[in-house]
Amino acid sequence: MATDTEAEKSLEIHPMDQFLIKPVLGDGPLMWYSFSNTAMWMGITLLGIIIFLIVGTRNRAYVPDRFQMVVELIYGFVRNMVQDVAGRDALPYFPYIMTAFMFVIFSNVLGLIPMSFTPTSHIAVTATLALVVFISVTVIGFVKHGLGFLGLFWISSAPLPLRPVLAVIEIMSYFVRPISHSIRLAGNMMAGHAMIKVFAAFAGVMGIGSFVPIIAISAVYGLELLVAFIQAYVFTILTCVYLKDALHPQH
Amino acid sequence: MEGDLNTMGALIGAGLACTGMGGAAIGVGHVAGNYLAGALRNPSAAQSQTAMLFIGIAFAEAFGIFSFLVALLLMFAL
Repeated sequence: MATDTEAEKSLEIHPMDQFLIKPVLGDGPLMWYSFSNTAMWMGITLLGIIIFLIVGTRNRAYVPDRFQMVVELIYGFVRNMVQDVAGRDALPYFPYIMTAFMFVIFSNVLGLIPMSFTPTSHIAVTATLALVVFISVTVIGFVKHGLGFLGLFWISSAPLPLRPVLAVIEIMSYFVRPISHSIRLAGNMMAGHAMIKVFAAFAGVMGIGSFVPIIAISAVYGLELLVAFIQAYVFTILTCVYLKDALHPQH
Repeated sequence: MEGDLNTMGALIGAGLACTGMGGAAIGVGHVAGNYLAGALRNPSAAQSQTAMLFIGIAFAEAFGIFSFLVALLLMFAL
């Protein structure tokens, strides 16, 4: 068993230290122009997506090889999701949704590589993604329907005395959307990585018994891989749901 | 251990806010369990409703996330 001093020593590896944003080049203070590790890993994510999609589709074979099959599978998956959830008239917005999906899924999965960094574990990154969705969906709603977009908050199928109460609730839930949309992704990513770090700290102090936390880390890692995919899926499908509300505000 | 009373209260509050996760867990379990119950009764309709399953889970999870947000605010923003 570990003594208290050993435990304190190992917990100097703070589980939240992995989320520190620091400049990649040099170790000066973080300025607005400095090239941080977030920026670097977002760049690596974009590079990964570009290589994945371009190399996957370079042959344009009628009978796709395995690589092209994966690319086509993802494309068809997201396209079907947009069509099923948001309707056919949402297809003009499919390129943005595909971009967001690829960005989130690539940064989630690349963040699982040991010693790497997950941009989506930062609320600043996910809040930007969510605010882009929120603002553009609101603008699309007003452009397509004018003031009829406010019918989203005035539920005509409800009894008349109940409608003002429901309108207040609907407006609140509408403005809470970007918050929950962004913190869901960031919180899931952050919690998983912090949990792995906590188990790693246990493995550091347990000596011969450290195989127990190592097995636990392997299991949690598998779970995290699943969570990385599911959260990208949930982020995308919620984008589709919000888009559907903008395109068809009548309930 | 040093610190003032405000920090202590904020940290205890952050810990208490984590109980909200239990509610989110109940909600997510309810959604997934009901989906499974429905899917076993009518397996042919199950495939078309997986999107609804994830939307339901996401909405149920949102309120657990708010408790996490409260904990974060108490720990870092106070």
